[in-house]
Amino acid sequence: MNNAWKIVIGVVIGFVAVFGFPFYYNLGKANVAPKLKYDTPAILEYEKEHGKKECVEPKEFMAKEHMQLLNTWRDEVVRYGQRIYVNSRGESFHISLQNTCLNCHSNKKEFCDKCHNYLAVNPYCFSCHIVPKEKQS
Amino acid sequence: MSINRRQFFRLAGVTAVLGIGGASVLEALTGKGEASSSQTPRFTTDPKGITGKRFGFAIDVGKLKTDEDYQKCFRACNDIHNIPEFGNPKDEVKWIWKDSYEHTFPTVTEDQIMNKELREKQFILLCNHCEQPACVRVCPTQATYKRPDGIVMQDMHRCIGCRFCMAACPFGARSFNYRDPRGKDANGMPFIKKENPQFPTRMIGVVEKCTLCYERLAVGLLPACAEVSNGAIVFGDLGDPNSEVRKVIESSYTIRRKPELGTQPSIYYVIGGRE
Repeated sequence: MNNAWKIVIGVVIGFVAVFGFPFYYNLGKANVAPKLKYDTPAILEYEKEHGKKECVEPKEFMAKEHMQLLNTWRDEVVRYGQRIYVNSRGESFHISLQNTCLNCHSNKKEFCDKCHNYLAVNPYCFSCHIVPKEKQS
Repeated sequence: MSINRRQFFRLAGVTAVLGIGGASVLEALTGKGEASSSQTPRFTTDPKGITGKRFGFAIDVGKLKTDEDYQKCFRACNDIHNIPEFGNPKDEVKWIWKDSYEHTFPTVTEDQIMNKELREKQFILLCNHCEQPACVRVCPTQATYKRPDGIVMQDMHRCIGCRFCMAACPFGARSFNYRDPRGKDANGMPFIKKENPQFPTRMIGVVEKCTLCYERLAVGLLPACAEVSNGAIVFGDLGDPNSEVRKVIESSYTIRRKPELGTQPSIYYVIGGRE
């Protein structure tokens, strides 16, 4: 019973090795932010016309707040019948997830799903709203 | 030196006033409270949209002669709105359909002797967009509500599928999605034969009904059934005394479904007197 400390150390090392496995196994692998693709035909055409790629609002705003924007859009159209959105640049857009958003972002798998899967969120927009057939770019 | 009660309250009051005033002063100094150079986003309606006070239909029963006259209207609606076909009356989802005289006007069938043609007629049925809708009164989430233009609207985002509205509606105008409308039948055929990519489908567990083509009115188009009906279905604003629908109703003999219930249906059936 003089080797008790050796056993204790061994147990501690074993514990760290086993339970720490997921952490060092994924070290540097996980947490790589997904790269979104903005190269659908509609977006490329817009870029050709306007010289730049832009959404209805600045990219940073859209990345962070698109869910609030979509909620407001939904309420304005369904509850108040306001179907045109005039953005902060003064441009008008027909409010529609299916026909406006997904018209440019026709690559749901490479766009919406990339982030949503990464963040493990599961919005149910598309249980009703129809996703356009994916066009390979 | 200690302060007495009166001094303490005075000090607390001054501090509070300074604190409240301070925030607004700070905001004005940094310019945070003012609007930035870009304008705030806003929402407007489509100028092409059709507006009114109380939308309704006058359905001229005499102009619907062959079965094709009915089917044309049903197809127009079903195709646009992605209505599933389950092939089973128990699960059926219907926005517009037809039924016999007894089922359409059950409370006036005490007449043992009546116009034979009328008694054997089929009537186009749809949501009556009542002035006093019973479904709206019972909806616990306000998923169904009355729009200022008279349309009884169904907000699929809010519907929790409790089916109170189905129990409340005296016209059977509401259908529940017992099955996933995007599913397939036993033979692998999708329930929605051909999806209209412009309009959403629904999901399992929500109630749906005719929405008087609010999405078409908003861009200046007539309701789909009225458009293809060759004048049998007259759409218009019942609240406008000069509208065509008002003139049709005022110049002919019309009946409504179950008017004694007091829901004030906005769908009128023209059964005579119109030249």
